[in-house]
Amino acid sequence: MALINILLLIEFLAIAAVLLFKTKVKGIVTVATVIIVSVITGYFAFRSLSGNSFAITLLGTVLFGQVKISVDALSAWFILTINFTMITGVLYGFNYMKKYRKREAQLTLHSIAFMVAHFALLGICSVQNGFVFLLLWEVLALSVFTLVIFDNTKAETIKAGINYLVQSHISIVFVMLGFIYVAYKTGSVSFDAIRDFSGSQTPLAGTALFLCFFTGFAIKAGFVPFHTWLPYAHPAAPSHVSGVMSGVVIKIGIYGILRMLLLIRTDYSTIGYIVLFISVITGLYGVMLAIIQHDLKKLLAYHSIENIGIIGIGIGLGCIGLGTGNKLMAALGFMGALLHTLNHSLFKSLLFYSAGNVLQSVHTVNMERLGGLIKKMPQTALLFLVSAIAICGLPPLNGFISEFLIYGGLYTWLFSASLLSLVSIVFSVAALALIGGLAILCFTKAFSIVFLGNPRSEQQPEITETSFWQLFPMYLAVAMMIMIGLFPTLFINALERPVCLFTGTPAYDTDFLKTGAVESVKTVSLLSIGFILFILFLIGLRKYAGKRKETHIRTTWDCGYGEKNPRIQYTAASFARSYLKHAKPILDIEKDETEVSGVFPEKKHYSSHPYDKIERVLIDKPLKLIDSITDLFLFLQNGQLQRYILYGIIFIASVIAFPQIYGKIQSLIYFLNNL
Amino acid sequence: MLSLVLILFCSLFFTGILIRTKSIASGRMGPGILQPIRDVVRLFKKGSVYSETTSIIFRIAPSVYFASVIMACLVIPFGADKGIVSFNGDFVFFAYILALGKFFTIISAMDTGSSFEGMGASREALYSMFAEPAFFILIGSFALLTGKTSFYEIFSSLQLGTSITYMLGGLAAAVLVMIAMIENSRMPVDDPKTHLELTMIHEVMVLDNSGFDLGLILTAGYIKFAMYGAIISGFFISGLSLPLSIALFLFIQFLFAIIAGVIESFMARFRMNHNPQFILALSSVSFLIFLGVLLVLEKFV
Repeated sequence: MALINILLLIEFLAIAAVLLFKTKVKGIVTVATVIIVSVITGYFAFRSLSGNSFAITLLGTVLFGQVKISVDALSAWFILTINFTMITGVLYGFNYMKKYRKREAQLTLHSIAFMVAHFALLGICSVQNGFVFLLLWEVLALSVFTLVIFDNTKAETIKAGINYLVQSHISIVFVMLGFIYVAYKTGSVSFDAIRDFSGSQTPLAGTALFLCFFTGFAIKAGFVPFHTWLPYAHPAAPSHVSGVMSGVVIKIGIYGILRMLLLIRTDYSTIGYIVLFISVITGLYGVMLAIIQHDLKKLLAYHSIENIGIIGIGIGLGCIGLGTGNKLMAALGFMGALLHTLNHSLFKSLLFYSAGNVLQSVHTVNMERLGGLIKKMPQTALLFLVSAIAICGLPPLNGFISEFLIYGGLYTWLFSASLLSLVSIVFSVAALALIGGLAILCFTKAFSIVFLGNPRSEQQPEITETSFWQLFPMYLAVAMMIMIGLFPTLFINALERPVCLFTGTPAYDTDFLKTGAVESVKTVSLLSIGFILFILFLIGLRKYAGKRKETHIRTTWDCGYGEKNPRIQYTAASFARSYLKHAKPILDIEKDETEVSGVFPEKKHYSSHPYDKIERVLIDKPLKLIDSITDLFLFLQNGQLQRYILYGIIFIASVIAFPQIYGKIQSLIYFLNNL
Repeated sequence: MLSLVLILFCSLFFTGILIRTKSIASGRMGPGILQPIRDVVRLFKKGSVYSETTSIIFRIAPSVYFASVIMACLVIPFGADKGIVSFNGDFVFFAYILALGKFFTIISAMDTGSSFEGMGASREALYSMFAEPAFFILIGSFALLTGKTSFYEIFSSLQLGTSITYMLGGLAAAVLVMIAMIENSRMPVDDPKTHLELTMIHEVMVLDNSGFDLGLILTAGYIKFAMYGAIISGFFISGLSLPLSIALFLFIQFLFAIIAGVIESFMARFRMNHNPQFILALSSVSFLIFLGVLLVLEKFV
C-alpha cells in the first residue's frame, strides 16, 4: 500500500518539477525519476524472481472494486525487461533531445509522457483487475501517442501518430470486450474471475475468450495482419521513442497474451496451433517486407514484426506442449519466448539508437543516400554491427540463445507427435530457418549500405561520432547482450520460475529442465567463449605474420578502369534486387519507370516504392468502402447554416413527436385487436 | 578429436582432387593434387594489398570466417567417436555458426565498395538463405527417425537396414553434396573458375583479399568441403570397426570430390536465375526424405 503511494508520489512530484523548472532540469528530473522508479520496482521484481512474490490488495472505490496488485514471476520478468530498456531509453533520449532545447513546451509534454508511459507499463504488468488494467492500457496508448508526435510540424508524423492512436483503440475494444464479457457473466472484473469463469466453461468458450483477448493484444504486439500501424509509428517517432516502443511497448502485447494464457483454462493445443500459425506468417512476412525497405528506421520497424513472430512461435510451442502434456517442450517454448522478449528489447532498441545517431549526424536515414559511415562514426557502426549479428540469431550473441531454445522445443516436439503436428513441425522449422536466412540478407544489407563502402551522396564534411554520453546507454545494452550470449545460464536460471508458472510445476521441482536444449546451452556458452578467443588468436597471428611484410593501400580492384565513382557501388535496391525478383508475387511494389528508347535517349528515371499488400487489402480497401458510403450522405453536409438549423428543428420535432406517434400506433393496434 | 584430424587431413587433398577431376574431364593434365595447398602456403608468406575504401571489417572478416568453419567442425562426430563437443541440438549451432561466417564474408565484400563484390555478396546472401531450410528439414528428419537430436547420437544410432533406409541415406547424401556445393558457392549452375560477370559469386567476393587473409579464406573453403564430406560419410560408417570406418571415410571423401568435380564439369552453365530453382529443388528433396521417414515410422495411418 505504502509502496504504491510512494511511487505515485514520486511520479506526481516529478511531473510538477518538470512543469516548473527550466529546460535543462526537466531532462535531469525525467532521467532521475525513471531510474528511481526502476530501482524500486526492480528490487521487488528481483525478489519475486527468487521466490518471494509480492501481492497486496488495495481497497478500491465503488468504481474499481478491490484492486489486487501482485508481482509474480512473469510480471517480474517483464518489469525487469521494461526497466532496463526504459533506463537506456531515457539516458539516450536525454542526450538526443539536447538538439531540441528550444522547443520548451513540447519538451515538457514529452518528459511527462515518458514518465507516465513508464509508470503505465509497470502498472499493466502488475495489476490484477480488468478495469484498472484497461485504464492503464489507455493511459499507455495516449502517452505513447504523445511521445510519437514530438516532431509535430511534419504532416507525416501526425498521420502516423493518429494511425497508431486509432489502431490502439481498436486493440482496446477487443480487450475490453473480453473483460466485459467475463464481468457480465460473473459480476467481477478481477483476473481471478477470468480464471474461475473459464474453468467452468466448455473449452470452446475459453478458446473464444482467449482469441478475443489475443486479437486485442496482437494489435499492440504487431502480429500480422494487425501490424500496419508499426511501420509508420516507429520511423515517425524520435529515435529513443522508437527504441522504447519497439523494445518494450509492443512487448506489453506479448505480456497480455502470456497473462491470459495463465488465467484462461481451456484447450491449449488448439490455441497453440492458432498462435503458431499466425506467428510463422508474422515472422516470414515481417522480414520479407523488411528487406525491401530503403528507410533504415522503417526497415527496423518491419523487423520488429519478424521478431514478434519468433516470440509467437515460442508461445505457440509452449501452448501445444501444455495441451499435449509435454512439459519439456512447453518449458522450452515459453523460455525461448520470454528470453527472446528480453533479447529483442535489447538489440532492437540499440539498433534504433544507432539509427538515431545516423539521423542526427547525416540528417537522413534513407539508405540510398548513406554509405561509408564506419570511417566517421566507428563506434556507432560497431554497435550497429553487434546488434545486427544478435538480431540475426547468430552465435556468440544473445539472439542465438533464445532461438536455440525455440529450436530445442521444436525438436522435442518431434518425438511425441502425430502426423498433423509433424507437418506443423516441418513447416515451423523450415520457416524459422528461412527467417534466419532472410534476416541475414536484411541486416547485411542494412549494415553494409549504411556504414560500408563510399558515401552514396554528397555528405557534409562535419559528420562526427556522437558524444560519449549518448553512446553510453548503448554500451550498457551491448554489455547486457554479451552477458546473455556468453553466460546464458544465469538468465535461464532466472527464467525457471516464470516458466514453472506455465508448466504448473512447483519451483523446487525443476529437474525436467536439466535435460535437452536447456542443458546444451551451457556447452553453447563455452563454445561461444572459445570462438571469440579463437578469433582473437587468429587476429593476433595475422598481425604477427604481417609484421615483416609489405602492406600496400591501393584502390579497390576495378578491372583497370580506375574511375572512382561512388555511384558504381551496389545500393540498397540493387542488393535486394535478386531477392525481390523471387519474392515479387507475394509483395506489392509500385514502380515508376520510363523505358529507354530511340537513338539518343533522354534522361530517364526509375523508382520503386514497396507497399504492404495486407495493408492494402485490410486497411485501405475497407476505408475506401466506408468513404464511398459516407459520400452518399455528402449532400447533407453542404455548409449552409439554415440547413443545419433545419436539421436541428427536425431532430427536436421528431424527438417530441415520436412518443406521441408511438402511443397513437399502440392504441391503434389495441383498437384493431379488440375488433 | 579423430573427426577433426581426419577432416583437416582430407581438406589437404580435397580441392586438389576436385580440380584434377575437372582438368581430366576437359582433356588437360591439370596441376598436382597438392597445388591448392601450395598456393595457400605461398599466400600465407605474402604481404597484402588493401583498398583505401575498406575499413576494419575487411581486415577481421577472414579471421572470423575461418574461425566459424573450425568451430563448425568441432561438433562433427566420427562413427563411434564423438566430435570435440556433442550436445542436443548441436546441428543448430553448426548451421548458425557457419551463417555467422557468411555474414562476415558478405559485409567484407560490401566493404570494398566495388560493384563486382556487391553483386557476389547479394547473391551469396540470397542463395545461402534458400539452402538453409533444406539442411534443417534433412537433419530434422533423421532426428525423427532415430529419436536423437545431436549429430553424434543421430549417426551412431542410425541403422541402415531396410531398403528404404538405404534410399533415405542415399538421398541425404545427395542433398548434402548439393548443400556443400552451395555453401562453397560452387553451384553447378555457376562455374567458379570463370570471371564472367554473369556467373560470379564466391570468387568475386574475395577479389580484393590478398596475402594472409586470402590464404585463410581459401583454407576455410577447403576445410568446409571436407567437413560436409565427413557428415555424408557419417551416414554410412556407423557400426563399423575403426580401421574399416577410416578407410570408408577416406573413400567417401575421395568419391565426393570426384563427384563434385564431375558435376561441375558436365552440369554447368545455366543462366544465373536458374540458381534458386536448383536450390529450391533441394528443399523438396529434403521434404521427400521427411516423408520417407514418416513412411518408415508408419506415421501414415
